[in-house]
Amino acid sequence: MNSSVTNIVVAGLGGQGVLKASDILAELVFRSGMDVKKSEIHGMSQRGGSVSSDVRFGPVVLSPMVPEGEADYLVVTQQDQVAVNVNLLAKNGILIQPSDVEQSKLRNKKSLNVALLGVLSIHLNFPEEAWKAAIQQNLPEPLHEANLQAFALGRESGVR
Amino acid sequence: MQPADSKLDKLFLSGDEAVALAALDADVKLGSGYPGTPSTEILESFEKLGGRAQWAPNEKVALEVGIGVAFAGARALVTMKHVGLNVAADPLFTVAYTGVDGALIVVSADDPGMSSSQNEQDNRRYAVAAGVPMLEPSDSQEAYDFMLRAIEISERWHVPVLFRMTTRVCHSKSVVQRGAPVPPPQPAHFAHDIRSRVMIPAYARPAHRRLREKLKQIAEWNESSGLNSITQGSADLGIITSGICFQHVREAVPAAKVLKLGMTYPLPTALMRQFASSVQRCLVIEEGDPYLVESARMEGITVEDKSEMYRFGELNVPRVRRIVERDLSPESKPIPGKPPELCPGCPHRSVFIALRNLDCYVAGDIGCYSLGVLPPFEAMDSLVCMGAAIGVGLGMRHVLPPGEARRVVSVLGDSTFVHSGITGLVEMVYNPPPTGHVLLILDNGTTAMTGLQEHPGTGRTLKHASTGKVIFEDLVRSLGVRNVIVVDPTSDPKAFEELVRSALDKPELSVIIARRNCLLAAKSIREYERCDEQLGH
Repeated sequence: MNSSVTNIVVAGLGGQGVLKASDILAELVFRSGMDVKKSEIHGMSQRGGSVSSDVRFGPVVLSPMVPEGEADYLVVTQQDQVAVNVNLLAKNGILIQPSDVEQSKLRNKKSLNVALLGVLSIHLNFPEEAWKAAIQQNLPEPLHEANLQAFALGRESGVR
Repeated sequence: MQPADSKLDKLFLSGDEAVALAALDADVKLGSGYPGTPSTEILESFEKLGGRAQWAPNEKVALEVGIGVAFAGARALVTMKHVGLNVAADPLFTVAYTGVDGALIVVSADDPGMSSSQNEQDNRRYAVAAGVPMLEPSDSQEAYDFMLRAIEISERWHVPVLFRMTTRVCHSKSVVQRGAPVPPPQPAHFAHDIRSRVMIPAYARPAHRRLREKLKQIAEWNESSGLNSITQGSADLGIITSGICFQHVREAVPAAKVLKLGMTYPLPTALMRQFASSVQRCLVIEEGDPYLVESARMEGITVEDKSEMYRFGELNVPRVRRIVERDLSPESKPIPGKPPELCPGCPHRSVFIALRNLDCYVAGDIGCYSLGVLPPFEAMDSLVCMGAAIGVGLGMRHVLPPGEARRVVSVLGDSTFVHSGITGLVEMVYNPPPTGHVLLILDNGTTAMTGLQEHPGTGRTLKHASTGKVIFEDLVRSLGVRNVIVVDPTSDPKAFEELVRSALDKPELSVIIARRNCLLAAKSIREYERCDEQLGH
């Protein structure tokens, strides 16, 4: 396996902002100048079913899909979806889940997706400002404040 | 669509968005299609970029409009999902004979693995059957580049081109370098060419010969077209592949020598033969049907195929590794996730509760309401293709004993009704079963399943501007159905159930239009209607 590629899977249920989170992540990587691919299945996702999205980046990315057992990071927005997706995680992969964040402190509960990106951000080598810019580029202005707060909260949790 | 990275002049696009961008850069004059996952975003992106895009009532009409554009010398893009090409097959087979003046590109977005489809048919077969050249991109960059090449081929040989994508190419995002604009050679114009375009038998016979001659020339050209490429590697293992499988192959077996086919009809058989003879073991890796394998073997080229077990579903890196290793052991099954369901408060819910309570035989159809088949409703007995609800329901009514026949209802949505339910309705009026029939049109004011697209029944265009509107109740009455009831199924669910029961009891034809806007679309619909009022429509 090409170890120079970083594999991230974001998973959860339709309506939780799984695809939005992977959009933010992929945008961040794209702007850093690295090769990046993002893949997911659309269609039934709005109807509350399981959703997952793959983001892969590195010097050269080939297949857009993260192979089973090769995810370096698995970010899950719904606790009961961990079991559904955990087989994607590599042996030494890192699981990021809702319990990693103190959700009662979220200004907007819907920002859990971005809070989990905050936790993820500690593990990846991108400047905090670049993350914030990617969040702002992918969300409408009225949602910026709540999501930046969520990101900061997640980042704190990640440091701890 | 992401803004351009100014430093690199690069974009991060899905395959669908890349096709739309190429269409814009090639000055495609009209995009026409019918929504269908995973193709829907092509026309939506094209419109957002400033192109002219329209939803047609169905794929057949979309292609016919595209043919007209191309007959008039302009460039046309027609988009649909794989099953849509079944609907559009009739014009496709004959426009291959007539040829075109401006470019005509038909996108078929296939769905191996059926992430959102009723079958996983492999539309590469259509290129062969109809005799149209076919290109298959493997990522967003190629979706962009190949679209421009497809236009070039279409105009050089005056043939329609099939642009075959798959779910993972349509919906994956990757980096795209935009090229220079490729303007059309001439403005739209029309010149009589009766013998080329009027396919009466006397003119069609020579047209077929012309088509075969063109395909022969294109096949020769494709041997060195630049659309096919070889990645050097070990002579121990050579792999012939195309589309998204190329990416999986390069990752799974980086040491292998690879022939990647970009133009998969007509095939560069000399190139394939030469490649096969340059390696010890020549393996074909393709998703779905053994199309490349059969084509190679027909030419006497010795290739190894994948085991039948890999014919089903998508391929990916682990599956490609297994194919290479000839691993036939059972594959681990993915842990089932949470299935999708009708949204809480969805107006379809009360319909399926009523049908379940009435213990109906439900001839169903394709849309969000297909989810009525799942618990807690389980109130659907068939789903075949767009519009089939009516014909299938009628057929059941014709042969079942009267007591049973009276339990049969046909159920389909508003967009599906326009797509191919209207002809079924005509059949219902023309050949009514002795027990009558009940048709339920679930009108939620949008094409919900594919992401809230407009259709002729909403009275708004692709970009949500006001236009002519097909009024279902007027249409149904005009065809001679007397019992036409328009009702909000959510306002009084018990009364709705009674209404369906009384319709089932009558030996007459009844059409019940259950009208209530989709919850997800309701807010936008109110906004569009408010804008229309302000504009005085």
